Amino acid sequence: MSDKGYNANFINRQSFVELDARERATALFDAGTSRELLGPFDRVESPWLPMQGVTPQADDGCVVMKGKITGQAAVVVALEGAFQGGSMGEVSGEKMTAALDLACADNEKGIPTSAVILLETGGVRLQEANLGLAAIAELMASILVLRKHAPVICLTVGTVGCFGGMSLAAGLASYIVMTREARLGMNGPEVIEQENGVEEFDSSDRALIWGIHGGDQRYATGLADALVDDDTPQVADAIRRFVSKGVPPMHRSSQVALYRNRIEALDSSRQWDPEEFRALWATNGSNEEKR
Amino acid sequence: MEQIEFNYPAKRKIQKRAHVGVVGSGDLEVLLEPAEGAVAHVFIRTSVDGFRDTWEAVLNRFFANYDGAARIQINDAGATPGIVHLRLEQAVEVSDR
Repeated sequence: MSDKGYNANFINRQSFVELDARERATALFDAGTSRELLGPFDRVESPWLPMQGVTPQADDGCVVMKGKITGQAAVVVALEGAFQGGSMGEVSGEKMTAALDLACADNEKGIPTSAVILLETGGVRLQEANLGLAAIAELMASILVLRKHAPVICLTVGTVGCFGGMSLAAGLASYIVMTREARLGMNGPEVIEQENGVEEFDSSDRALIWGIHGGDQRYATGLADALVDDDTPQVADAIRRFVSKGVPPMHRSSQVALYRNRIEALDSSRQWDPEEFRALWATNGSNEEKR
Repeated sequence: MEQIEFNYPAKRKIQKRAHVGVVGSGDLEVLLEPAEGAVAHVFIRTSVDGFRDTWEAVLNRFFANYDGAARIQINDAGATPGIVHLRLEQAVEVSDR
């Protein structure tokens, strides 16, 4: 705190959350190296939304950029959370998948190319139903192939969070970077309450939501690899760190025995408090050393 | 969703295209590109039906000060007239920069 009575670092920080998808993607590259692929003027938009009376967006809410991170080739794909909740449709899914497949082809040609996916998404776009589901399945297959060659880094910062099928895609990433404000989970709070009742999950209890889905808890229990502040240089630095680190020796999603044993050991006949759950899972399978 | 089109006279060529905004609740996306001839063409898709007169009033005011030969596409998710005007001015600022 300064003597002015406010935290100057907080006031002067360059927020990452306040940037739109295009600005977020640009901010992660080495300055001046990025270019957009299939941008809004290419007008590859959802054919399905207008049929249902929904205004489409010219880039379908998915920004694909190619450039360099720490001098090495990288592709960044950012979902725009403000458009249809960052949902995955046929076009946005295909853009993300094709970008990862091209990165994979480059790696196979001997050009090391990492991928960063910025997920602000509720999952499948309901208006595109099965096409959205298929898109996520294809995306997950592409992540599995690419991550053998180069790190696939998932970044979720807020405010939408990363839910539904896209949380499963995030689970396949080599590294997951989150802010304290971000949330990551398969079923969102409203869905759990709707399906299992308010006794199971009170979706109006914000402390509970962040105690389960929040970045701090995900990091503390080893389900995320880095926790960053909403600060653009800090976010970009975390991404550079993981790009430099390369492919982890063991992906989290490959640690089947570890997680199966952990889940089997949980007594699900009673409600767990986020704090005691954190204590139980604190020795984590995370890919980053504890700070 | 309603589609609306307008044409306005233009006096000068513009050099650069511009893309601003997002199709998020209460906001809109504007794509502004150089066009041939002495005309500006506006193509609107809006999620809120029945506001053609309001769109016309906003655009009349905007084109009272803008004379670029542009093709302007607007994808709208229920923005208010004030927001529409600000986004159009932002697009012009990016295009003329």
